[in-house]
Amino acid sequence: MKIRPDPTFHASPKLAMEAPVENFAFTVMLGKDASQHDGLAVVDLRADSEAYGEIVHTVMTPTTGDEFHHFGWNACSSALSPLSGHAFMERRYLIVPGIRSSRIYIFDVKEPLKAKIHKVIEPEEVFEKTGYSRPHTIHCGPEGIYVSTLGGGGADGTDGPPGIFIMDCETFEIIGRYEMDRGKQDKHYDFWWNLPQDYMVSSEWGLPPQFEGGVVPEDLLSNKYGHSIHFWDLRARKNVQTMDFGEQYQMALEIRPAHDPTKSYGFCGVVVDTANLQGAIFTWWRDKDGKWKSKKTITIDPRPEDPENLPELLKGFSAVPPLVTDIDLSLDDKYLYVACWGLGEMHQYDVSDPMNPVLNGKIELGGIARETKHANGKAFVYGPQMVEISRDGKRVYWTNSLYSSWDDQFYPHQEGGQMVMATVGEDGRFKLDPDFYINFPEGHRAHQIRLEGGDCSTDSFCYPSA
Amino acid sequence: MEDLSLTALWWAVIFSGLYHGINPGMGWPLAVSAALMERKHGAMPKALVMLALGHFIAMISILLPFTLMIFLVEREIEIRVGAGALVIMMGIYLLINRGHPRILARVHPARLVLWSFLAAMAHGAGLMLVPIYLGICGHLEPGSVSATGHAAAQSLMSNNITAAFMVATAHTLAMTGAGAAVAVIAYYWFGLKFIVRSWFNLDILWAISLTLVGTFGIYSAYSGH
Repeated sequence: MKIRPDPTFHASPKLAMEAPVENFAFTVMLGKDASQHDGLAVVDLRADSEAYGEIVHTVMTPTTGDEFHHFGWNACSSALSPLSGHAFMERRYLIVPGIRSSRIYIFDVKEPLKAKIHKVIEPEEVFEKTGYSRPHTIHCGPEGIYVSTLGGGGADGTDGPPGIFIMDCETFEIIGRYEMDRGKQDKHYDFWWNLPQDYMVSSEWGLPPQFEGGVVPEDLLSNKYGHSIHFWDLRARKNVQTMDFGEQYQMALEIRPAHDPTKSYGFCGVVVDTANLQGAIFTWWRDKDGKWKSKKTITIDPRPEDPENLPELLKGFSAVPPLVTDIDLSLDDKYLYVACWGLGEMHQYDVSDPMNPVLNGKIELGGIARETKHANGKAFVYGPQMVEISRDGKRVYWTNSLYSSWDDQFYPHQEGGQMVMATVGEDGRFKLDPDFYINFPEGHRAHQIRLEGGDCSTDSFCYPSA
Repeated sequence: MEDLSLTALWWAVIFSGLYHGINPGMGWPLAVSAALMERKHGAMPKALVMLALGHFIAMISILLPFTLMIFLVEREIEIRVGAGALVIMMGIYLLINRGHPRILARVHPARLVLWSFLAAMAHGAGLMLVPIYLGICGHLEPGSVSATGHAAAQSLMSNNITAAFMVATAHTLAMTGAGAAVAVIAYYWFGLKFIVRSWFNLDILWAISLTLVGTFGIYSAYSGH
């Protein structure tokens, strides 16, 4: 038990931006197939270190077939919430679920160079206590750690809808399901919230049979993936409004609310519009009557391409869809980064006016039938995918893997894991750092990145940036 | 001598109020966040009044049952010893069970009266006042209850009820004053950094305070006042 709050807890986004910069990054590695072990890579980001920009420590799991994906902290700045007053937690553990096996690993990263496995929650415990499977997004919030899942019960995860469950933030015991009234929600992916305003927003990918073996083209063309987001009364655990973007907006994935808790808007990325293969970003907001509204504020066009250069799945379209697979919002709510995994581009939008985003910068890297090399001349396989921004907004890191079976479908014959970084100047100019390039160990893919002391997709703030 | 110890007891009421007020767990950061979220001058005083009301209700709802008990049960010393033991037990419970009351996280952020009431109850804030209150009641009693007539008993009862309200009011005013002072300093001078800097873990100190106050209650029951 500590006497003072953890120094990495920040009352407001502004204070988090002014805090010391990250010394380490934690990136999940997943085996290239189910015979390989997954693990956690610790990347040295200390500017004065000889090992800057290198993997300095890895922790491998004893199991296989877990497929690490997203992960999160046991505690973040939300511990300073004046309501739950849990300020004496330590930001120390990373909760890393395997979305294929439903096994959950808890890593102790108090000493990053000696990071180790702290606890393992076996899949049976998840199934038994929640009736859910395939755990995914992690956020620490009221009453404990919230974990979203992609599957319900049964072998293929379609016995009942998926949802969110809560874990104790100290013992990591699974407490049980979150939802009291889920309304129309029958698929799940990401979720995030505004704690003082007491709302949560959740999104939809698809059910396990729609993604585990790869994207199912018939389902995609008949618009059977998720295309709605759900607004919840967070503490009442009740779905208060389901917003359907329209059925052609397939796979509404990442939810990024404004970090400033006085604001009532945010963004959601849509992978593909099946009417025209565009990628899309919707801005959602709450109007004066308390109703949630949304508007498509960014569209990204597909690129025409000779079918000969395209993977089987895309040959019929003669085009490369952008495939917006991840988005991330800087802590000052100014820049939204959009990963176009198909095109092979990372976009930077100025979203100071969230209703009128302006494309401010763009980096080409990898991509289907383009395979743009890194500034250092080396290959970047697949395309820009999981993106994470430093707290001060000056460094943007990203990796390249989407999901094992999808990587193989969209990029057959490619293999490997890379992590790169771009810098953002005082004037907002966004450019690739030619010296930062991490090649992951042979046989491993690279997925989500977490930064020591918090980043732009983990911390929830309870006080505005005054 | 008697007046002096009564004065000391009233100071204890005030002091416990100041102590509760500066404890972030009793809600002053909520007043700061309300002011920042609403960006209106009235938001902070409104939040402080709501927190005070919740705290007052928690105090009075703990004190009044004891008022009733000393009226109905003619065993003043036993009640005071029992109350002291209860407060000690609460302290020991809080020392052992260091988890945070999960119920507080379930309250809607706008329902500050309810939140303040539950926070005070969960931390045994009202219990901390009981031995002090019973000490004050002891001063009000002209000898033993059983020796007096019906009318005297009734007047004693109303005296004790008045005392309960006075104790709860004085304590809540002191608490609100202290909490408001910290909230104003944080909001107008030091800014949000102050919230992290001033947030000390008082859990152990708080639990020890409860056991000390309980011990004092038992001691004073035997020593006369």
